Amino acid sequence: MIREHGHTLDIDLVTHRYGSVTAVADVSLAVRAGEIVALLGPSGCGKTTLLRVVAGFVRQSAGSVRIDGKPVDHLPANLRNVGIVFQSYALFPHMTVADNIAYGLQARGVQRAKVRQTVDQFLEVVRLTELRDRLPRQLSGGQQQRVAVARALAVEPTVLLLDEPFSALDKGLRLDMQIEIKRLQRQFGLTAILVTHDQDEAMSVADRIAVMNQGRVEQFDTPINVYDHPATLFVSGFIGTTNLLAGRALASSSVGTLVELDAGARLVVLGDRTFPAGAPVVLSARPEQLCLHAEPAAERWRVQRRLAVPLGPNTVHDLATREGVTLKLVEPRLGAPTEAAGEAWCGLRPDARPGLFSLPSPM
Amino acid sequence: MDAWLRFRKNRLALIGLALVLLLVLTATLAPWLALHDPTRQSLIEKRARPGAKYLLGADEFGRDILSRVIYGSRVALLVGVVSVLIALAGGLVLGTAAGFTGGWLDTVVMRVVEILLAFPYLLLALAIVAMLGPGVLNTTLAVGIWGVPAVTRMVRGSVLALRETEYVGAARALGAPAPAVLRRHVLPNVLPGLVVYATLFMANAILLEAALSFLGLGVQPPTASWGLMVSTGRDVLLVAPHVATVPGLAIMVAVLGFNLVGDGLRDALDPRLTTTR
Repeated sequence: MIREHGHTLDIDLVTHRYGSVTAVADVSLAVRAGEIVALLGPSGCGKTTLLRVVAGFVRQSAGSVRIDGKPVDHLPANLRNVGIVFQSYALFPHMTVADNIAYGLQARGVQRAKVRQTVDQFLEVVRLTELRDRLPRQLSGGQQQRVAVARALAVEPTVLLLDEPFSALDKGLRLDMQIEIKRLQRQFGLTAILVTHDQDEAMSVADRIAVMNQGRVEQFDTPINVYDHPATLFVSGFIGTTNLLAGRALASSSVGTLVELDAGARLVVLGDRTFPAGAPVVLSARPEQLCLHAEPAAERWRVQRRLAVPLGPNTVHDLATREGVTLKLVEPRLGAPTEAAGEAWCGLRPDARPGLFSLPSPM
Repeated sequence: MDAWLRFRKNRLALIGLALVLLLVLTATLAPWLALHDPTRQSLIEKRARPGAKYLLGADEFGRDILSRVIYGSRVALLVGVVSVLIALAGGLVLGTAAGFTGGWLDTVVMRVVEILLAFPYLLLALAIVAMLGPGVLNTTLAVGIWGVPAVTRMVRGSVLALRETEYVGAARALGAPAPAVLRRHVLPNVLPGLVVYATLFMANAILLEAALSFLGLGVQPPTASWGLMVSTGRDVLLVAPHVATVPGLAIMVAVLGFNLVGDGLRDALDPRLTTTR
């Protein structure tokens, strides 16, 4: 069986170029033993290329990949002992479930009795013993995925790579499989990399998330920190829903920054990031970090209430600032939704820690 | 099985198959089908018109044209089949090596292939036959070698595409060594395309053999070859048109047959290309 403590994976300053296009730029990640790290980002951000570098399918232009501290750059894919589960599962269509799981063991010349024993064991792990003689086309999407996972695990990989493995599943099944993968990862103490563009999936499955954009890692942190303390404006906008308000810094210290918003408010945003006086900034506030007031104040800005939609225990407000910037605000629903139309004053909740970023210079 | 069912529904492909089978049967049963010795000359009967003794007439040397066309099918088929095997073997090895290995080998192989493909096809075949000398064997070699660059390019393209597929990636990640990946996952998927190409190549091979023989660089007299027959009939085209026309029609029918089968196979093996017939 797979070692209980897993293996470490170090990606050091990996760069990969396709001709003149840089797909991955100076990416460094240290994945701890037994940890699931999600590579999260929009299409074309380089996450799949990075996965293919780790798998050995492409040789990076620069940098190195180490497993348990040993470089594997010189090893072809078949000698890296890395398990991979693809989006399409990539099962061999002419082989039965059992044969698919046995494939990697047979390719490594494992003795027949041991192959049979391991296949039986993993069929049990993924609860597919009854379907061992079925062909992939006779299985549902979830069952096919479990075969793909069992096939990847059967060879006792040092690292498990998951390339958007849930995207072909419907919503209900997707959640079940996310739990299943997490269960197996915990059971075998696997070190795993999950490539996804689905932030919910990354947040629910991963121990840490590397948010990628244009080939670079913008933030590598726990799901909670990535959500609560986005490191960049991109992460702030990509993870969850956020409201962006332009303004300028009036004064800044390592404790916080006094900001004047274009929407008409002057407020202090806590945080150790400093800005030159007069620098254009963007305030990034989550919908649940805002609140509505009936009375004006210096740290509040006037908004037009356009719509209030009850959403389970919450009410979602659709607001517009005087410049026409649309804001979303979420507050606990107390009884029936409050009156939607009319003016109000919007401000930050006392405990809110919104992000404050330099305004990107126009291209 | 699905491919065969699709092939059967294609009427033109079935006509092509019938023509190819006719060619194969003719070549196989030539000694029994031919009414006369294809090389026996009778100068007093030269350019005899079609009649009771010579159903399709006689040529410049009084040889039975029908018998020579029947025996000529053997040369056409022999040159076609063997040259296809040469082209496929060479192209498969070079294309697979270039596509699967990549790097400098790919660059070198493909640059050479591009240079060869840039030659007018007849010029290339002429150059090869000029080096090897005329005759059935050398004509076959020339036609086969002529086909290698195109097969190489086709195989290399397929291998490159297959190499990037997820199931090949899965096999590699699971520990399968490169030869096993090639044998079990890449080559079986290259073969359907090769079968189609081989059929279409047969038609071209028959044409090229005829062209080389027509120019006097291919099969040498007195062996019956359709191209040679057209060549000898060319001089008497106005006074005895049947001498060149009959073997010309044989070439056309054989080429048409293989082309129809090739198109049918392509449609059957890749249903996305199927057109209504």
